[in-house]
Amino acid sequence: MSISVENTQLKAAKKSGNLRRKTIITIFLCIGVLAFVTIAGTMVSHNDLITDFTSKNLAPSMSHLFGTDWLGRDMLLRTLKGLSMSIYIGIFACFLGMIIATVLGLASATMGKHVDSVITFVVDLFLSVPHLLVIIIICVAVGGGLTGVVIGIAATHWTSMTRIIRAEVKQILTSEYVHVARQMGKSRTYIAAKHIFPHIFPQLLIGFISTFPHALLHEASITFLGFGLSPHEPAIGIILSESMKYLAAGYWWLAVLPGLALLIIVVLFDVLGDNIDKLINPKSMHR
Amino acid sequence: MYLKAKDITFKYGNKKILDKVNFEIETGQRIGIVAPSGFGKTTFARIIAGYEKGYSGTVETDAQRQEGYNPVQLMFQHPERAVNPKWNMERTVNESWQPPKELYDEMGIKDEWLKRYPNELSGGEIQRFCVIRALNPKTKFLIADEMTTMLDAITTAQIWNVVIKRAERGDIGLLVISHEKSMLDYVCTKVVDLSVINKYSK
Repeated sequence: MSISVENTQLKAAKKSGNLRRKTIITIFLCIGVLAFVTIAGTMVSHNDLITDFTSKNLAPSMSHLFGTDWLGRDMLLRTLKGLSMSIYIGIFACFLGMIIATVLGLASATMGKHVDSVITFVVDLFLSVPHLLVIIIICVAVGGGLTGVVIGIAATHWTSMTRIIRAEVKQILTSEYVHVARQMGKSRTYIAAKHIFPHIFPQLLIGFISTFPHALLHEASITFLGFGLSPHEPAIGIILSESMKYLAAGYWWLAVLPGLALLIIVVLFDVLGDNIDKLINPKSMHR
Repeated sequence: MYLKAKDITFKYGNKKILDKVNFEIETGQRIGIVAPSGFGKTTFARIIAGYEKGYSGTVETDAQRQEGYNPVQLMFQHPERAVNPKWNMERTVNESWQPPKELYDEMGIKDEWLKRYPNELSGGEIQRFCVIRALNPKTKFLIADEMTTMLDAITTAQIWNVVIKRAERGDIGLLVISHEKSMLDYVCTKVVDLSVINKYSK
């Protein structure tokens, strides 16, 4: 009897070990692919994208995996360059957004009722307007270009994170172990650093990774619509909007392959976020 | 050393819970408080432990705060809520002090529990750690608010034996709040009915 119980427990343990390993492998695979795309894209120089009319409008082949465009540029290199550009913009904008979220979330939870209601109101305000609209308005107001896109995305991707941090900090501050720490004479900075920060850091990390796909797609879509980056930048949105003109001419690879690449990157980030969440969320970390 | 509560009055909104409650305890004493539910036992414990503001009356003690450490420590009913879920038990206890190995043994704590996290231990096991955490030498008064209500008989006995020993040595004063009259009769030298010393009764 006891042996069979032990056996099932052992099996369960082995299974959970596999799940954990699978999660970790998935995470490293995602990071690997994303890092490869980013670095490869960064290494593509302007000389690689030089106009070459002898090889224009070639369909995908072994020498040009993604084909070439109407100026004879290799589409794979252009896509990589565009994607890495978008990833940089996404990282920077998300990072800014997380900083805003942390500051406002902490202020909202700790600085009293008035500050709290003002911040909550602003969050509701931002959430009630479609993101794309706000990004376009901010982009146009700032004057477009790289700064416009980054500010626009950062300014719209902090709201839900602010709510999460506010709720989390409020909950921890009323928890009994924080009361106990206070009665032990621990300082506010000690409590913030040792009790609160370790709880919100994973939230921030997951929030960062899971808002990333949104940021990427928003960046691509406003650039596609012509409000974002200027046409000479090698962004993925530019590639897609230019390619639209050539779709009717039968050059399908100009739009489909870069679009697919963007989609894969977004899905990879989503999977990465989910798996990291699984790993560091206390509710599922021991499963 | 003494801990004195004078004319404690407390209201939740307009509803008066405590009215001019007077109470006194000295180190070495073990006093129990009983009362039916809703008579302000927990509120009273929280007030004298410094958790509650907005009461009238005074709480006095000649036990000094050392480095901000409150000599009056409160123990909770739900141990799993009183520990940080991301800290292992050793770190949780060491937040307060470094207890000697004998104390762990006395409490029936196995060595391997020290490295475990709260969700890998039962409520009774966590509560033992919480008691050790509160038995810092700087603690002069221990207020146990339904400390063993959720626990089994063996754990209950083990925990109380350790705590009673400390009180008998005169290290701490013990204030026990509970529904269980029989347990209080065993643990305490004196039992007070809060509904009697509380001027406000239903």
